[in-house]
Amino acid sequence: MKAKIRKIVTLVEETCREMDREVSPPVRRAAAVAVIANPCAGRFVEDLSELVDIGEELGAILSERAVAALGIPGARVESYGKAAAVGENGELEHAAAILHPKLGAPFRKTLGKGAALIPSSKKRGSLGVALDIPLGHKDAAYVRSHFDGMEVRVNDAPRADEILVAVAVTDAGRPFPRIGGLTKDQIKGEDGLR
Amino acid sequence: MPEIVIRKILIMVEEIFHEGGPVTGHSLKRGVALAVIENPFAGHYVEEIQGFMEDLKPLGLQMATDLIQALGGDPSAVEGYGKGAIVGADGEIEHGALWHVPGGYAMREALGGTKAIVPSTKKVGGPGARLDVPVTHINASYVRSHFDAVEVGLADAPKADEMVLVLVMTTGPRIHARVGGLKASEIKGEDGLR
Repeated sequence: MKAKIRKIVTLVEETCREMDREVSPPVRRAAAVAVIANPCAGRFVEDLSELVDIGEELGAILSERAVAALGIPGARVESYGKAAAVGENGELEHAAAILHPKLGAPFRKTLGKGAALIPSSKKRGSLGVALDIPLGHKDAAYVRSHFDGMEVRVNDAPRADEILVAVAVTDAGRPFPRIGGLTKDQIKGEDGLR
Repeated sequence: MPEIVIRKILIMVEEIFHEGGPVTGHSLKRGVALAVIENPFAGHYVEEIQGFMEDLKPLGLQMATDLIQALGGDPSAVEGYGKGAIVGADGEIEHGALWHVPGGYAMREALGGTKAIVPSTKKVGGPGARLDVPVTHINASYVRSHFDAVEVGLADAPKADEMVLVLVMTTGPRIHARVGGLKASEIKGEDGLR
């Protein structure tokens, strides 16, 4: 394994009620977060391919853990997202190297498909920093009911030479979507957008 | 007494492989179950609240069972535990104390009888409040390798009229435990202390 993983945190959030109304069935969202050593911390590294490969590896590990925690087949996942937070001795570009070139393919493999762009966010931060993972429908980025976000944090990470890498998956959009726009039953599924 | 109204459930498992020391191939899991419920006593002083402890027992048992499942499904793998509560702003700390009996009962029941007192903490706080839940060995409180704590919290809870109830279980000693004291292998198991 290329990534030096210190810990993996997996969480499932189940929302049963909102404003005194029952959410039926409950909306379930899962995230898997890895705390890894940043091999490029503390100095300027021109070639970030090591981080790119780590991203590919984590795309598989984290998506499998998150989907397993959600307890449904990968194909039934409705929305997804990814995010990373680099410790203070790292560069935002390190988060970009993990997230963007190769993490998506193994993530989509776990889900069967996933035509839409995987929404992402990144930041540099200290231990316990809150990471807000953006969420969007996996087959059509414009599905308005599925625009969402999920906060995760790990109280003892990232240390200065570490990176926090997270993926999130859901079995539904927001609890009571009612602001119109494209709905999931209108998805054409041709371009990943609509 | 009032029924339990659940808004949200969170199950989270941390799997720790190392903390800068040797990687042995053995990992420590620390799991938490959180339930966000309505505080039926929020907003005014209620003298008689004890009946709610009985009402909370089924929820406690469900949380303990789900948590064991998230940790791999084997109750005998659990070696440490703790519990806690965060009471929203319109409640009082005494409402959090209602969790002592059902929270402890639930874990003892689900783990098949344990001897040590369940360490606990509680506070009044707003949405996003963090709680450091203490953890000790399930059969002997003085086992030094198992003294630990897990930080928990939810970005959107507790609202003023809610409570967050927490159970924590761990599968072993701190990942690099080496400060001596009573060992798990030396437990006499008579008094819950040693």
